[in-house]
Amino acid sequence: MSVRTLPLLFLNLGGEMLYILDQRLRAQNIPGDKARKVLNDIISTMFNRKFMEELFKPQELYSKKALRTIYERLAHASIMKLNQASMDKLYDLMTMAFKYQVLLCPRPKDVLLVTFNHLDTIKGFIRDSPTILQQVDETFRQLTEIYGGLSAGEFQLIRQTLLIFFQDLHIRVSMFLKDKVQNNNGRFVLPVSGPVPWGTEVPGLIRMFNNKGEEVKRIEFKHGGNYVPAPKEGSFELYGDRVLKLGTNMYSMNQPVETHMSGSSKNLASWTQESIAPNPLAKEELNFLARLMGGMEIKKPSGPEPGFRLNLFTTDEEEEQAALTRPEELSYEVINIQATQDQQRSEELARIMGEFEIMEQPRLSTSKGDDLLAMMDEL
Amino acid sequence: MVAADLEGPYEPGVRRADLGLQVHWCVLPFRVLLVLTSHRGIQMYESNGYTMVYWHALDSGDASPVQAVFARGIAASGHFICVGTWSGRVLVFDIPAKGPNIVLSEELAGHQMPITDIATEPAQGQDCVADMVTADDSGLLCVWRSGPEFTLLTRIPGFGVPCPSVQLWQGIIAAGYGNGQVHLYEATTGNLHVQINAHARAVCALDLASEVGKLLSAGEDTFVHIWKLSRSPESGYIEATPLL
Repeated sequence: MSVRTLPLLFLNLGGEMLYILDQRLRAQNIPGDKARKVLNDIISTMFNRKFMEELFKPQELYSKKALRTIYERLAHASIMKLNQASMDKLYDLMTMAFKYQVLLCPRPKDVLLVTFNHLDTIKGFIRDSPTILQQVDETFRQLTEIYGGLSAGEFQLIRQTLLIFFQDLHIRVSMFLKDKVQNNNGRFVLPVSGPVPWGTEVPGLIRMFNNKGEEVKRIEFKHGGNYVPAPKEGSFELYGDRVLKLGTNMYSMNQPVETHMSGSSKNLASWTQESIAPNPLAKEELNFLARLMGGMEIKKPSGPEPGFRLNLFTTDEEEEQAALTRPEELSYEVINIQATQDQQRSEELARIMGEFEIMEQPRLSTSKGDDLLAMMDEL
Repeated sequence: MVAADLEGPYEPGVRRADLGLQVHWCVLPFRVLLVLTSHRGIQMYESNGYTMVYWHALDSGDASPVQAVFARGIAASGHFICVGTWSGRVLVFDIPAKGPNIVLSEELAGHQMPITDIATEPAQGQDCVADMVTADDSGLLCVWRSGPEFTLLTRIPGFGVPCPSVQLWQGIIAAGYGNGQVHLYEATTGNLHVQINAHARAVCALDLASEVGKLLSAGEDTFVHIWKLSRSPESGYIEATPLL
């Protein structure tokens, strides 16, 4: 697996999260200044220097559950709150969207262009905040520094690492179904027409050469697809035409986006497998979370700004219903921690968790030996 | 079915590169072995699929923290089994007619990038005939002659894209590339004789039906193609015709 995958995964998923939140804030008619504050707070937390430093260290990808904990924390970095059902739906949408983008990338390297598309749009959200803009530009610079020189083979490995992360995820998204880019079984449709990737020839030609390298014969054949040459290469500069549309905001139209849980039994079986088997990486995942969340600087809410709840569904009843009917196997329960033998680590994580203030929810008074699981439950 | 369990001690300090296992039946003169590669090493089993006869742990000593460590690319050549690694080294194992007394006899240096695939074919009888090709992430191909010591005969440079799959048949090297092309080279000279714009995405795999000279290519563009390989009766140069 590539150890350079996490920044790309995190930034793209984060970008999708912001697109969805922006759309829901508008759909729920949240006043402009509040909506802007929420997005600004989340973006500024995401691109915080210390957090980015941790993110860019060479490391493996951890589980989807571990990553979800980070996003849940991020989503609550401001005055907005999400119920479990809405957070679940948000994470489903984020992951399926990025899975789609990775699958459809023409070249493995194009995942970098997808990332830049996300960053470009994020910069649009925080147009009026020069400090945060600077943070995003700095991240841009880091991405260019680390990924600019990677070979095609290394990008192929990154692509494979990402696809393995998304394996067996087949949640149906109404927008994808409607646009016919996803089938009813949750699988994405791979197009066989359109421009070929930059650096690839349109299929259909065989050229034969002699010993001196001179062409002596050629045959044309029908390829089966309907491809055209690539118009131009997307720009990897700070500003530029990315050419690729993957990673741009597909929620800019004001339409509700629904998810349906995929009903294939094969998928359910593999999910159950994952949650039952004791996770040998549990300790490492805790360390990973401790490092990343430790780098997150959550601004303590000050002043009279009242919080509000965002709903990813169209009505409260729908949200309740979704919570009740979510298949057990697809629930993003907290990480299954077997025995937190590493006392020091778990204490440190407990301390960090303690710094996060939760709005509107009184801390449950528990005994001194708070176990980590309970603390994370409170998020 | 072999239950591929991760043998060997779990070392918390060693970076795990959870690459999927690769599996290959290695047909040798007197036995058949099942070889598995992973991020930690190489396992070899008897043909019954459960008697492990050899375990080779990968040496990650030289790897920088940003490098993934793994073995990839397996082929049998005479009584040798060759396995590629993340560093570009190709490990050559000498396999006895029976028993577990397998020895790492050579480490071939020819590549600087991770090996992607290895192809072999039985020596055609003459002395200087190439019988092994190794490919890597940069698209470089190395052509070898097997023996008590393997000899590097020629190198065919890449052109900026990985070569995920390679085949060798009657002195013809077939190579599939990340840009969707399939190239056919003369193994003895390294000259490119056929260039096929075969796929609109990376070529994932090649397979060859050796008795009829048909090459199959599969690509990430969802297509599978079949090509007939031949030599021109006049010039002897390699040719290819599309069949599917």
